[in-house]
Formats: sequence, C-alpha cells, structure tokens
Amino acid sequence: MTIRLEPRLATPRWLSPVLTVGAVVVALTISGLIIAFVGGDPIRSYVHILESSFGSVGVLSDTLVKATPLILTGLACALAFRMRLWNIGAEGQFLMGAWGASAIVLIPVLPAGSPAILVIPAMMLAGMLAGGLWGLIPGVLRARLAVNEIIVTLMLNYVALAWIQFWVFGPWSESGFQQTKTFPREAWLPRLSDFSSIVSGFGGLTVHLGLVFGLVAAGLLWLFLERSRFGYEIRLIGDSPRAARYAGLDIAKRLIVVFAISGALAGLAGMAEVSGAVHRLQDHISPGYGFTAVIVAYLAKFRPGRVIAAAVLFGALILAGREIQPSGIPAMIQGIILFTLIIADVLVRYRVRIEGGGPFRRRAADVAAEAGGPAGGA
Amino acid sequence: MDLGLIATAGIAAGTVLLFAAIGEILAERAGVLNLGVEGMMLMGAVAAFSVTLSTGNPWLGLIVAMVVGGLLGLLHGVVTIHLLADQVVSGLALTFLGTGLARVLGEGLTNASAARLPSARIPLLADLPVIGPILFNQNVLVYVGFLLVPATWFWIERTRPGLHLRAVGEAPAAADAQGIGVHRLRLWYVAIGGILAGLAGATITIGVNPGWFGDQTVNGRGWIAVGLVIFARWSPIRAAFGAYLFAAITPWILAMQGVDTILGLPNPFLPGRSATFFLEMLPYLFVISVVILGSRGALRRRIGAPAALGVPYVRGERGH
Repeated sequence: MTIRLEPRLATPRWLSPVLTVGAVVVALTISGLIIAFVGGDPIRSYVHILESSFGSVGVLSDTLVKATPLILTGLACALAFRMRLWNIGAEGQFLMGAWGASAIVLIPVLPAGSPAILVIPAMMLAGMLAGGLWGLIPGVLRARLAVNEIIVTLMLNYVALAWIQFWVFGPWSESGFQQTKTFPREAWLPRLSDFSSIVSGFGGLTVHLGLVFGLVAAGLLWLFLERSRFGYEIRLIGDSPRAARYAGLDIAKRLIVVFAISGALAGLAGMAEVSGAVHRLQDHISPGYGFTAVIVAYLAKFRPGRVIAAAVLFGALILAGREIQPSGIPAMIQGIILFTLIIADVLVRYRVRIEGGGPFRRRAADVAAEAGGPAGGA
Repeated sequence: MDLGLIATAGIAAGTVLLFAAIGEILAERAGVLNLGVEGMMLMGAVAAFSVTLSTGNPWLGLIVAMVVGGLLGLLHGVVTIHLLADQVVSGLALTFLGTGLARVLGEGLTNASAARLPSARIPLLADLPVIGPILFNQNVLVYVGFLLVPATWFWIERTRPGLHLRAVGEAPAAADAQGIGVHRLRLWYVAIGGILAGLAGATITIGVNPGWFGDQTVNGRGWIAVGLVIFARWSPIRAAFGAYLFAAITPWILAMQGVDTILGLPNPFLPGRSATFFLEMLPYLFVISVVILGSRGALRRRIGAPAALGVPYVRGERGH
C-alpha cells in the first residue's frame, strides 16, 4: 500500500475554511485527551475557557484587551510571512516598542504635564520607531549578508527581554520592584470606562483605543497588500521568488522595508499594551504575544481581516489560560493547533491517494508519473 | 576567577549543545531543516527527569528521553517529507508543541530532585596536568559526547551509508536514480536528530545541571544549537569546538558575577545590580555574530549548506 499526494488542479472554495475549522477541532480533541491524561478534566477546562473569556460583556472586554496586542503582532507576522520572511521576533519588537513608548514618559522626552494630545502620538511614534529599528536588524542582515532571519529574530527576543529587565530593575525601577512607576494619566490610552458618564453601560469596560489601532492597521495592511503595487510585488516574491527575480524586482530592498514595517506594527502593539492596558513598564510585560502571533498569522492564512478573528480566539485562550492548571495548557494547545493547521494546509493543496494494489499497480503509477515529467529536465 | 572551573563547567554544558547540534547536522545533511530542536530538547528534558523521579533509574530516564525525542523527530519528518509541509513552519510548530507539552507534563516537578547519571574519573588521563581534571573528571554523558564527534565525522565522511546521507541532502534526484530510498533515509536521519535532541535535554536534567525549571530548563539552547550548525558549516568537528567554547560563556558570566571588584572598581555585574542584564545578552549576541560569520563563509565559498536543504523531494519534480 502506498500513500500518494497529488497536487490539486482546482480547490473547492469551501475546502480551506472547512479544513481550518476541522484542524482546530482536531487540535482541541487531542489537547483534551492530553489534559485528561495528566489528570485534568478537558470538558471543564474548555467550558471554563469559554465562560471566562466570552461569558459576559465584562470578560469579553478583557478578551479584546488581550486580543489587541495579538492583532498588531499577528499583522506584523502575517506581513512578513506573506513574503516568506520568517520574522519570529515580534516578541522582541513588541518589547522594544513598549520600551520606546515608556521612554517618552520616563526619561522623560516630553516634559511632565504635556497634554495627552502630544504625549500619545509621541509614544506611538517612539514605539513604532523602536520596534521598526529592532526589525531592521534582521532585515538588513538577511538582505545584505544572507543571514538566516529566524535565528537572528529569535536571539534578538532574548536580547530585548534583557534590555527591558535592565531598565525595570535599574534606572526606572520603582523603589526596587521590577516595574516602573505608573504613567501619568496623559500617557493612558482612553478606555471605554472613561466614557461611563456618557454611556452608563461602559462602566468597568477595559477595552482601550489600542483595539482601534489594531483594526485600522488591519484595514491599511489589507489595502497595502491587495491594492498597492508594492503589496502586489511582496505577494509575488512570496509566491514565486524566481519569477520576481526574473521580473527584475529588487528583492533585498523590499525585504528591508517589510521587516521595518513588521517591526513597527509589533512595536505599536507594545506601545498599546503599556499605554492602554498596564500603564507602566514591567518585567513579564508580554505573556508571549509575539510567539502566539506566529500562530495567529498562520491560522489567518496571512490575511489581515482573519488576523482579527484569530487574535480574538487566542486572546481568549491567553486570558482564560491564566487560571487553568497546569499552566502550560494554553501553550500546548497553541502548538497542537499549529501542527494540525499545517497538515490541513497540505490537504488543501494536495489530494491524498491511498493505493492498495500490488507491485504491478504501483509500477504502473510510477511509469505514469515519470511520463508526466520529462527526463533530463526541460 | 578560576579558569579551570569555567572550562570544566563549559565542557559539561557544551555537551548539551554538542548533542543537539550534531543531531541537527545529521538531519540537515540529509536535507531536512528541523527548527524544533528547542521543543524536542524540552520534551527530552522533562521525560528524563520525570521518569527518573518515578523509577529512581536515570538510565531508564535517558532511554525514554531519547525515544520521546525520536518520536517528535519522526513527527516532523512525516509532516515535511511525506506530507510536504513547509519545514520552517513544521519546525516552529514542533517547538511550540514541545514547549507547551513539556510545561504541562513538568507541572509540579520544579522543586523535586531526582537521581542523576554518575560522574566518572578516568584513571591516568585525569591525572594529566591542567586538562586532566577539566576533560576527564566529568559526567559519563560528557564522554559519550567526546566519542560521538569523531564517530559522526567518520560516519558522514568515510562510510558508504554516510555517502548516501550526503547524496540525499545534496542531490536527491541523483540518489533516487541510484536506488537510494530518499524519503526513508531522510526520515531516518530526522529521527536520529530527534533522538540526539532528546539526549541533549536529558543531559541537562539528569546529567550536568540537574532539575526541572519549566521552559527555563533549556532557555533557548535549542536555538543556539541551530545557530551553531550554521557556524560549524555542517561539520561535527567544528560544531564540537563551537559548543564547548560557547558553553563556557555562561560559567564565565557566573564567575564575573561572583567578584566584588573588577580592575579596582566596584563590579557593576553583581546579581541585583542591573548591569548584570547586559551580561545575559552576551550568549545571544554571540550566536548572532557567529551566524553572521557562518553565513559570510558559506556565501564566499558557496559550499557548506547541503544543496537540497529545506527542499522536499518529489520524484519527477524539480526543486523550487
């Protein structure tokens, strides 16, 4: 018996979404079995995740707060992956963005008491700049010296973490704790609860303006990728680098630009997190947003609109996961989902043929395959 | 600062990197990039530690760790070789999966202490001046590492199966025409890579640095091993030099943190002083510089990287 994969000539439109949902279901089933194996109750765990992330308006708002950095870092990964650039450094770019935004308040770059209308844009700019520069390092190394961007982006994550720790343990430490002082109100992104005097239903809702950054960024990225010449070229390079080279595209230049934008998006995520949710810089500012972003981007098939939906799902997992024991369960579920997704992706691209026949039939199939591809190459 | 102690600790910790890097070299020489080393090491580490803890037998823990690593390697192999999935994404998935699963399985083990594999003093050799105590008074796994390096080199460069290994990594179509089973051989070497990554994980938890500390147990060393392979330009001998040298950085950092004054000035790197975090960046900056140097060498010489690395082999199709 042999298993053959034949490329699909035509893919039904329903196949990809059905297989994607199927992959998530299979992944949750496998995860459930593992949870049961280590002595947990999978049903109760899943019900708990659903209740504590979508069960009421209040927790839904908290879910969206967790989804906000995932949307922006997810977009960062989706853009880079679309060009087949493996930016696994969104975590580090997020941290540097958070640092850059904090620097505006803590160095301070702007004098204390500056109005929010100045402070917030300055923080956004600083966050995007810091994240973008951090993204430029692997971009330039890859474009100019052909250095593997996966290793560099991963290593820079660790460097960025140590950089943050230096500041929050050292110069910016608040009386020896591993965190800075709370930012002044001018440096806070507005939350829904700030408007509870106008709309009483907004009381206690933590959703902040960063969510709007994420939605706007998704829209802009969609326009950029699908409607601009530059975006078309990036997609071309991702789908067929050889064709792009024959077309005379300067791949190195576009690679650097994409890495800078990708880093800036992740940096904006870091800014939104310190300014909108935490209101200070601290050690453990990210529960791995930049790594989850890889899976978000992959689940969304690198499409900006779907990144939002995937980010909300994983935001729920991160929010609810904080209370689930053992604590590794959310990370494990993420890993299994990514695995089933890539297998589903194979099923979208290829048709699986299981041939039961004896040696005679197999030989016939080989002959057919060889006849299909010209010997000696064309 | 005792250089002898730093070197001794470097050799011990270098063994961890050595196993992982040699495993990755074998997989990559066969043409399969496996970025799941970090995940496989964590799974090997937790498997070795928890089996040793519950049975009291570290040898059993070692075997289970290698089996677990091999199974994860097989998973990556089947998904990328037979199902033609992207090797980068599958490797990343393996790291996520291994990290999460290891944390789940290792829950509650953080304060436990298990038996560890014995250390052995090699008679005569250990009496050599200077290098004797550094090289020959170590954990048994360190000696396995010493033997593995020349053995792997000999296997790859001087034997017929090693020639087949290089063939499927450099020119799979030609190897296929010669009757070498490209898919089978690649799967086999990815599995061996996984076994060695599992061994690397076990080397940490029941060998040179015993205990389970969640994902801090491996702390990026799987990625460092992947970087070392590029630095070593796919040679087990250069990988061994890189692994031992690189691993000496960490004990050197610890030594730096142990003195009160440097050149007569108060030591800014004492734990609790924030400059210590700049020391913690060093290993990762070192990997980046090493990968830059490695890439430049590979670029200049146009050799080193297996030609078919990362390209799935489909009979009758040309690689893209």
